[in-house]
Amino acid sequence: MSDTILSMRGITKEFPGVKALSNVNLEVKRGEIHSICGENGAGKSTLMKVLSGVYPYGTYDGDIFFDGAEVKFKTIRESEQAGIAIIHQELALIPELTITENMYLGNERATRGVIDWNLANAEARALLAHVGLNEDPDVQIKNIGIGKQQLVEIAKALGKDVKLLILDEPTAALNDADSKHLLGLLTELRAKGITCIMISHKLNEIEAISDSITIIRDGQTIETLDVAIDGANEDRIIRGMVGRDLEHRFPPHTPAVGEMLMEVRDWTVAHPDDSQRLVVKGAGLEVRRGEIVGLAGLMGAGRTEFARSLFGQSYGTKVSGQLFLHGKEVHTRNVGQAIAAGLAYVTEDRKSLGLNLLDTIRESITAAGLHKIEKLGVVNDSEEIIAAERYRKSMRIKAPTIEEGVNKLSGGNQQKVVLGKWLFTEPEVLLLDEPTRGIDVGAKYEIYELINQMADAGKGVLVISSELPELLGICDRIYTLSAGVITANVPREEADQELLMRYMTQRKAN
Amino acid sequence: MADTKTAVPDVAAPPAEKGLKAILGGNIRQYGMMFALFLLMAFFTIQTSGLFLTPRNITLLLVQNSYVLILAIGMVMVIIAGHIDLSVGSVCAFVGAVVALSMKSWGFPWWAAILLGIVMGVLVGMWQGFWVAIVGIPAFIVTLAGMLLFRGLDLMILNAESITVPEQFQAIANGYLPAVGPNTNYHNLTLLFTVLAVAAVVWMEIGRRNALRKHSMTMPPVAQSVIKVVLLGTIIIVAGLLLASYRGVPVVALILFALVGIYSFVTRRTVFGRHIYAVGGNRNAARLTGVNTTMVDFLLMVNMSMLAGVAGMVYTAYLNAANPKDGTGFELDAIAAVFIGGAAVAGGIGTVVGSIVGGLVMGVLNLGLANMSVDQNVIQVIKGLVLLGAVAFDVVSKKQGKPSVIGLIQRTFSRSAPLPGAEAEAAVEQPGGAGLGKADELR
Repeated sequence: MSDTILSMRGITKEFPGVKALSNVNLEVKRGEIHSICGENGAGKSTLMKVLSGVYPYGTYDGDIFFDGAEVKFKTIRESEQAGIAIIHQELALIPELTITENMYLGNERATRGVIDWNLANAEARALLAHVGLNEDPDVQIKNIGIGKQQLVEIAKALGKDVKLLILDEPTAALNDADSKHLLGLLTELRAKGITCIMISHKLNEIEAISDSITIIRDGQTIETLDVAIDGANEDRIIRGMVGRDLEHRFPPHTPAVGEMLMEVRDWTVAHPDDSQRLVVKGAGLEVRRGEIVGLAGLMGAGRTEFARSLFGQSYGTKVSGQLFLHGKEVHTRNVGQAIAAGLAYVTEDRKSLGLNLLDTIRESITAAGLHKIEKLGVVNDSEEIIAAERYRKSMRIKAPTIEEGVNKLSGGNQQKVVLGKWLFTEPEVLLLDEPTRGIDVGAKYEIYELINQMADAGKGVLVISSELPELLGICDRIYTLSAGVITANVPREEADQELLMRYMTQRKAN
Repeated sequence: MADTKTAVPDVAAPPAEKGLKAILGGNIRQYGMMFALFLLMAFFTIQTSGLFLTPRNITLLLVQNSYVLILAIGMVMVIIAGHIDLSVGSVCAFVGAVVALSMKSWGFPWWAAILLGIVMGVLVGMWQGFWVAIVGIPAFIVTLAGMLLFRGLDLMILNAESITVPEQFQAIANGYLPAVGPNTNYHNLTLLFTVLAVAAVVWMEIGRRNALRKHSMTMPPVAQSVIKVVLLGTIIIVAGLLLASYRGVPVVALILFALVGIYSFVTRRTVFGRHIYAVGGNRNAARLTGVNTTMVDFLLMVNMSMLAGVAGMVYTAYLNAANPKDGTGFELDAIAAVFIGGAAVAGGIGTVVGSIVGGLVMGVLNLGLANMSVDQNVIQVIKGLVLLGAVAFDVVSKKQGKPSVIGLIQRTFSRSAPLPGAEAEAAVEQPGGAGLGKADELR
């Protein structure tokens, strides 16, 4: 009965400068549903990438035993042949192809290069029935919902004779009905002897279907719970997920909170491709002058979507909601208007959304505030140089001159450039989305200092972060967001990680 | 709080940066092309025993290439923003035909015809801009349709015949500045322009250095400025003397110089220019920075077609008539000039001056090889290879991390090019994952 199908021992994986996994152990029994829990960036996905051969054998330390033998996967193909299938949260289906075409992509039912579509369709139909998806295999993927797409992925894996199915955040993008169906399917598969590893943030789902739970924190295994013996103790899981000692230091800061700056009421946003899917539901929040407000939420909770929607509706379709600045309602329909209204948004995705990597530091810093240094459309070179120099010095951007290309800077210095670019627009309220992502500890401290300075200068700051200690370390007040709903508004004195995590995983009917 | 893990190798770079790159400062490819242009001209001069560098030949070089160079100015801006315009040849023909018709059949004076030509160009551009920027159809498709559409309209107007244009209009391409002042065996106005141009170059370089000093910025080595001024000054003086000893500056060259000056200024110094580069460099980031990308796209298409109208009028004037097949293949010459001149296929990179140099490289090849009595078909083959070579250089130099012969040669020139820091950091960010899903944008 307690036959082990997978055993990962002493897995260590390093990236230049960062140890993503350090001596991780994972034991999965045959025919169980094994959940892996951990904060964003704890190393869950990295572990699964090691297992499935995305990071080939030799780039990590440690041993993997699968189905009784040691395995050394060099490619994803090899792990698939051994019977491991991984379904990522970003689905790997091609929208323009049909269900059958997707299911047999790279695994075509062909003789001498000619595909037997009748055979493929028949097999696909059987597999779809298996996962409870009543859909014509000739339908294009783009025409079925995301929940059904997930089922197609699972059917595809089943078609490859899978022994171990890995699901990375399978329900993150699904609505409640689809989630329920998917979880039901997983328990059915378990009955048929298929082992499942599920990575999830949703503790209620983990509780409902897991046989074992492994908790990972900061690249290390904390413990593995056997649900039959230990019970799925939510408190224990949360403590395991967040219980790190506060080794990060934060600069001291005495807040001087003033009058109301920004007020958001009943903000509801729909997904850009699916007007039925609400990403943010009736959210409201307040930011005062000189205040640093946190917005906590797990991946997929809708934090970025919320912030970008506030910022000139640069994400999704706004369904309802009012935005007040200085007590006056403002209507911004594009980013230009949002900037003019006094908002600034620093993206979590510095490289693809925050910077033009072909630009120099000088061009980057003035990019959003060119209207401040132009006359009749002509940029004043001197003023530009002065401005860029000022931010290079005040933000301590480590670069020889402002003519340095931003692509040559480290992550921390790039982030300072982005912050400088937004400070140059002289905003009233700054929305900072993961301001310290991908930055090392030293640079983080400098970013915190800059955030404090912004608040001291009388600006309102909203900080979105996945790192709870960070929010607790710098914020005066913290909102929690769960599945698009604001679930709590906690002053810093009353907040701790476990409390926040509980609100972040709480489901509220709206 | 040193940033040690992802240390920036460049902090100490500038003093160590020596040799070619320090003197040329940055854009190796563009200077490389200028250098190639020099070599080509020297080569042809030697091969033709001096025939190539005669005053008449150089005047011809300018006049014969002027329309493609004017197109290249608009094209480089379109390409920087990440689009393309395939319709310019047909638009040239269409506007040329309308202008010719207006003078012949509607009795327009030459100046009203020119105004009409510009207005027609703008209208064509608004049509194409509407589909590209507002409807959101890729420029490739819109302008491919425009290529067919405007060629068809051109053929309808001309009805398989040519329409000749009056002499005053022909002067656009075949006229020269008037001769004034004492007889010096040279064209006096041209000499004056030459002196002014050299003075301008010197003055601008001094101004640039002063601005840098004023803000206590790192100064480029004096040698860089001297070489730059001497190089540019020599070109201007040689070209000026050559032109002055023939018939002076052609009117069309004056138009061209003015356009190069204006558009260089627009792309380098104005908000609109910045926005073009921002849109081409990272469209999503530009939008989140408050750039009205729709408006930028629209204006670029309008501008391109307007310049195509100007080029069309120049060509019509050059041939003394509007002909049905005018402008065939111009779009390809203009695009080739832009890419030879250092623009990146993926957008975000390119300069007006670079494109002019690229266009001149093509023009010099054409004229020089023709002077050497090389067969037209062979010239075509050589031009094709030059274009391929120039873009291959661009592509390979971007993959400097990978082993390649050219990459290796380049790295010996530019010490600060590879970025171990940036690569390491990209790897660091991986485990963190993303919220909105990172767009895998290939650049």
